[in-house]
Amino acid sequence: MPGPFAAFKWAALGRDWTVFAGGFAHTILVSFLALVLALLLGIIFGVLASSKQKGFRTISRIYVEIIQNTPLVIQVFFLYHALPHLGILLPTFTVGVLGVGVYHGAYMSEAVRAGVEAIPRGQLEAAYSQGFKFWSAMRYIILPQAKRLAVPTMTNQAVSLIKNTSVLAMIAGGELMYHADSWASNSLYYGPAYIVTGILYLVICMPLALYARRLEEQMEVQA
Amino acid sequence: MIRMIGVHKHFGANHVLKDINLTVKAGEKLVVIGPSGSGKSTLIRCMNLLETPSAGQIIVGGVDITAPKAPVEKVREGLAMVFQQFNLYPHKTVLENLTLAPTIIKKVPKREAEKTGMEFLARVGLVDKANAYPAQLSGGQQQRVAIARALNMKPEIMLFDEPTSALDPEMIQEVLDVMVDLAKGGITMVVVTHEMGFARQVADRVIFMDGGQIIEQGNPEHFFVNPEHARTKSFLGKILRASNT
Repeated sequence: MPGPFAAFKWAALGRDWTVFAGGFAHTILVSFLALVLALLLGIIFGVLASSKQKGFRTISRIYVEIIQNTPLVIQVFFLYHALPHLGILLPTFTVGVLGVGVYHGAYMSEAVRAGVEAIPRGQLEAAYSQGFKFWSAMRYIILPQAKRLAVPTMTNQAVSLIKNTSVLAMIAGGELMYHADSWASNSLYYGPAYIVTGILYLVICMPLALYARRLEEQMEVQA
Repeated sequence: MIRMIGVHKHFGANHVLKDINLTVKAGEKLVVIGPSGSGKSTLIRCMNLLETPSAGQIIVGGVDITAPKAPVEKVREGLAMVFQQFNLYPHKTVLENLTLAPTIIKKVPKREAEKTGMEFLARVGLVDKANAYPAQLSGGQQQRVAIARALNMKPEIMLFDEPTSALDPEMIQEVLDVMVDLAKGGITMVVVTHEMGFARQVADRVIFMDGGQIIEQGNPEHFFVNPEHARTKSFLGKILRASNT
């Protein structure tokens, strides 16, 4: 009986490479859009968490706690299975972007909050004393300083986000993990399928992770 | 002109300002002194609403800034503040610190803001530091930049909240010199300070605060030569003894 990594299985994968390429492209696209969404949510809720108004802080807290303390799979299943009952039928692509984006937005928000809270109170007061309003003070004075502390954490979150798009395989998301899995189930050539898939994730995630490590080291030097 | 009418401020159970009634006239140089915890910093921070009074009214240039939906930001444009801790923007160069608010808040063209910015840097003696970052400057230099930053907003009123208290002794004078020079102009100045020499030299009126109240006020001659209130005498006695040692 041939082993799991027999040469003919690799040859079969080679013939069907477009399946993997298509999935890979889909993963990159979903990841990119989810990342944009996560960054937006992270900045908005991270800043709200340091607002003077208690209502805004509470909203931010609820978002972060609910998202961080339930599994991503449940959140994705909610979008995919529960929303249709409310008459909202989203394409799997949208479910992917929304689900993964909202999930990592909560973690981004915590990174932004930590960064903003590390900036001395006097900075916001100086900005106010010059006539800045809350959001413009954030934009021009607080966030550019908070960035230094928040970006390494956020880059690590981007890595997790890319890997977590694989959860979408469970709702036939059309991304890399889904195509790898369905190709493997049809051909029964699991070995090469998962090895190649793993390598493809590695190829996008590792440079990002290394970049995050470098940013962290730079920060330690500056501190 | 600033008017405070029946202003109270509570921090939790602490009653920090008690029924403050005070008018600062246009062009007046007002110096506020008092022991720490007397409420003098809170008083000046109420004037630009960095602290919101618990009760009472504050009217700046005819605008009641304590009214709901008051255009507080607009009023603050004409009411610059210099802080004890300088609070320069560390991610901006010295010149950018001076031009940021004028260009974004007052929509002054960048070139114009830079031109006046350089003029104010010349006035505080720091033209050569225009492209430096705040962290590269001494405390005294940072505070002079902070004054120039305030001036570049072309304010009618300047608030100084203990501007020399965080400075090493040898740097205090360079900041006071700038403030004395500034006081020769027509700008309204409210200065919270422990520098009695400065108060004597520039103040039109000195206010002594203790326990959240204005205990005594008057022109510097009256104030330093013939204080009436026992608490003022005791405070001045301590301060002057301390500065003689």
